[in-house]
Amino acid sequence: MRARRAARLALGLLALCGALVAIVVLSLATGARAIPIEAVWAALTAFDPTSSEHRIIWDLRLPRTVTGVMVGAALGLAGAVLQGATRNPLADPSILGIHAGASLAVVLGVALLGMTQLTSYVWLAFTGAGAAMLVVYSVASLGRDGATPVKLALAGAAITAVLHAIINAMLLTSPRTLDEVRFWQVGSLSGRTLDIVIQVAPFLALGTVLALGSARLLDGLSLGDDVARSLGQRIGLSRGLAALAAVILAGASTAAAGPIAFVGLTVPHVARAITGPGYRWILPYSMLLAPILLLGADIVGRIIAPPGEVQVGIVTAFLGAPFFIALVRRRKLAAL
Amino acid sequence: MHRRRVAAGLAGALLASFALALYFGDYPVGLPEIVRSLLSPITGHADKGVDFIVLQVRLPRAILAVLSGAAFALSGITFQTLLRNPLASPDIIGIAHGASAAAVFCIIVLGWSGLAVSFGAFAGALLTALAIYLLAWRGGINAFRVVLIGIGVAAMLVAAISYLFTRARLNEVQQAMAWLVGSLNASRPGDVLVLGAAMLVLVPLMATFIRGLDAIELGDDTARALGARVELARLGLMLVAVGLAAFATAAVGPVGFVAFVSGPLARNLLRGAGRGFLHAALVGSLVMLVSDLVAQHSLPSVQLPVGVVTGACGALFLLWLLVASGRSGRVN
Repeated sequence: MRARRAARLALGLLALCGALVAIVVLSLATGARAIPIEAVWAALTAFDPTSSEHRIIWDLRLPRTVTGVMVGAALGLAGAVLQGATRNPLADPSILGIHAGASLAVVLGVALLGMTQLTSYVWLAFTGAGAAMLVVYSVASLGRDGATPVKLALAGAAITAVLHAIINAMLLTSPRTLDEVRFWQVGSLSGRTLDIVIQVAPFLALGTVLALGSARLLDGLSLGDDVARSLGQRIGLSRGLAALAAVILAGASTAAAGPIAFVGLTVPHVARAITGPGYRWILPYSMLLAPILLLGADIVGRIIAPPGEVQVGIVTAFLGAPFFIALVRRRKLAAL
Repeated sequence: MHRRRVAAGLAGALLASFALALYFGDYPVGLPEIVRSLLSPITGHADKGVDFIVLQVRLPRAILAVLSGAAFALSGITFQTLLRNPLASPDIIGIAHGASAAAVFCIIVLGWSGLAVSFGAFAGALLTALAIYLLAWRGGINAFRVVLIGIGVAAMLVAAISYLFTRARLNEVQQAMAWLVGSLNASRPGDVLVLGAAMLVLVPLMATFIRGLDAIELGDDTARALGARVELARLGLMLVAVGLAAFATAAVGPVGFVAFVSGPLARNLLRGAGRGFLHAALVGSLVMLVSDLVAQHSLPSVQLPVGVVTGACGALFLLWLLVASGRSGRVN
């Protein structure tokens, strides 16, 4: 019975891999100018620098698609790990203040240091995300019972509010900064270069390893603090490790694509609905489902409003929010 | 006894801040001149310069702060009481976001300004509240479900606002941005009149509905046993609370955290002596007025919008709540 279930879930993972490959090809083929699949294949295997189609694939769509896959996987994993570590079904990089920290760092960099390059946003966003999560976690740990799920979420909301108050003050007094960041702040995959991919790749790799490695710890935490403790698990350490993984993943992905909400929130719920509890399966499922969702949303955004495009962060919000609402309506609240 | 003392203390503080609000500013006006100017409609005294500063600039602004603060606070404490959850205030469950999205749409897409934007914001808040209510209805209303669905709706509205921002010209974005943060910098006498009239209708209505609250506070089962009148009171209160939030947001923008903090602060001051709608209203007015004074005068040469101050203070309050609840070993 157990082996059959494992085989079924492994087969599901394979199917998701196939779906991911399919959507990657679709992402390379669609856009302001549709390119036939054969041409996509030719561009990848036999690059011809004189062909404008091949140039579009290599200069624009490939970096964009690779960024989407990496950012999506990171957001899905980050959300799943955060939900497990905080035992909070609403945990998400945006709810725990990570996005706001990254945004403030970028806004400060643009306003005070005059930075304008996406590649310089990377380090700012990463630092800000890490700092915000550290502050949120320390604040939530104040008091007798440590960083409980409710306190973590509340501390995240409080810190987010403080950071947004500062961001708003900066943006109101500096039109130049407002103009500069209003496109980044939406969350978008367009205009990404391979430079950015290369810069964030090591962080994403480290975060992925940490996240996947924490599956057993998360399963322990999901039994409740007392049970986990009685099983000999060091709760603080487990939670800290998982939070570290989430910060690295969410910070790096925010740096690359801006704050994209709802992917980290919804994908783990879908994964859990397929796999049941147990983070050894939830984590890899989230890691594959999220980039499929993100690339799908990006493709929709590219074709929905020609000649322009709708940024992926907006599409995911409009796909993710109704889904989230349906989830809240359908499930027994006790199960959240 | 304790209730009265707290109310008197709050009213005294409010009066003092009101006087300060008339007194402080770039153009110095002495207290006697202020009094003379305030009485000028009766006495016929006229000093055009002073009258303009006091009656046209500072007085509407201070009144608007008091009215909107009270409206936000009453709306917040109603939601928090009805749903028995401190997180369920209109600025957190998405109603303020509905007003914001509608206002940004009016400014950027329709090119409106002034009072027209306020009416757009009002319609947005009402529609959003209705949508959240319908989405959260499942044979009844559950506080946790309302908060969660509100967060989902708010996220969509924020995305819509971001999208409008990427499509607009920079000066339109700036105009919308200033409205979004919540500000008294552009208070007009028209706003005071509209909000004042609305409160004149809504607050007495609220007082009559509050009587039905006693049953609701006993819990859903008891309330259900008491039947339809409770449902009616609940629905009526909900509508009045949405109306107050909507009119206040329309007048001054979605000033953050005032609705959220006023109720819990009032309860803290009362230490369990009653429900404290009146006290919450006083706290809300005081928070708004003092925050606006700080916003106006803390930085030389820059007039911060009041929402920046209430955002920072509200967050500090939330942090304090966390630390205090950590010490006593419970949350909320």
